[in-house]
Amino acid sequence: MAALKPGTLAPPFSLSSSPDQRIALSEFRGRPVILVFYPADWSPVCGDQLALYNELREEFAKFNAALLGISVDGVWCHLAFVQNRGYHFTLLADFEPKGKVAREYGVYRDKEGFSERALFVIDKDGIIQWSFVSPVGVNPGADGILSALEALPRWPA
Amino acid sequence: MACVSLTIAVGKEDHVQGPVTAPLTLVEYGDYECPYCGAAYPMVKAIAKRFGSKLRVVFRNMPLNEMHPNAELAAEAAEAAAAQGKFWEMHDALYEHQSELGPELVRTLARRLHLDEARLEDDLTSRRFRDHVRRDFMGGVRSGVAGTPTFFINGERYDGVLDEESLAAALQRQIGSAK
Repeated sequence: MAALKPGTLAPPFSLSSSPDQRIALSEFRGRPVILVFYPADWSPVCGDQLALYNELREEFAKFNAALLGISVDGVWCHLAFVQNRGYHFTLLADFEPKGKVAREYGVYRDKEGFSERALFVIDKDGIIQWSFVSPVGVNPGADGILSALEALPRWPA
Repeated sequence: MACVSLTIAVGKEDHVQGPVTAPLTLVEYGDYECPYCGAAYPMVKAIAKRFGSKLRVVFRNMPLNEMHPNAELAAEAAEAAAAQGKFWEMHDALYEHQSELGPELVRTLARRLHLDEARLEDDLTSRRFRDHVRRDFMGGVRSGVAGTPTFFINGERYDGVLDEESLAAALQRQIGSAK
């Protein structure tokens, strides 16, 4: 399975972001979206990676970019994880059907039943402009995301 | 994507221990509240002693504030101490009392290190060194630092095992290759 490449229209989705709320990708039309697929809440590398992005909210905001984390964990698990770690961004539950969105982006690991550690930067028109799949055990950091955001046409267009 | 080189060269803004002429430079991106950095602290000390005048050690701030509520305060306190010529004294003391981090510890250390306490307090209240810490942080991010501690040896990220022998061996290899 290969991750969707730059130039591809980002597959639309609507997923639960909390026990009583759903978020659709289409709501972010008009601004860039950073989509962060990660294997699992609570795992050590995921926690460190998301903590770094959490610290970079101001930097991402300079590009008016929305940051969305996504894993196969359910909403209650996300809720506990977010509260425990003090994250201030949305985690989406790719929970039912399990991993459907990850599959559509070409980043699902069938054998393990969770997603790759994959990053997508989607532009304001919903086109993937950059994608990167990191080895599952390696925190990819944020340099690639920031470079991708810098390469987008300046907003507001 | 795998940017493994230091994007910001060691310069005037940095805190450096060891001679400018040293053939080896070890840059650490660290967080005063991070337990792994705390564990690495004696290792860096031992490495510095072992390599003596062959090594310069540089420390840059990378506080993960949400996870470590006292990390930013500690980083700014060390910078404020630096403005009074005592960066490494404060840096060492903060790591040596990592479990007690907080405003009270900073005050105690300022007194113990004979700093101008009113000036330090003012620097912290006015957040004088917030930008400095943020510049360190972003320099780390742009150099591909994803977590702390991260070390660079002569500008190249060290991805090996974090123990004294492995790090020493990597430094030794650099000396070898410089010849």
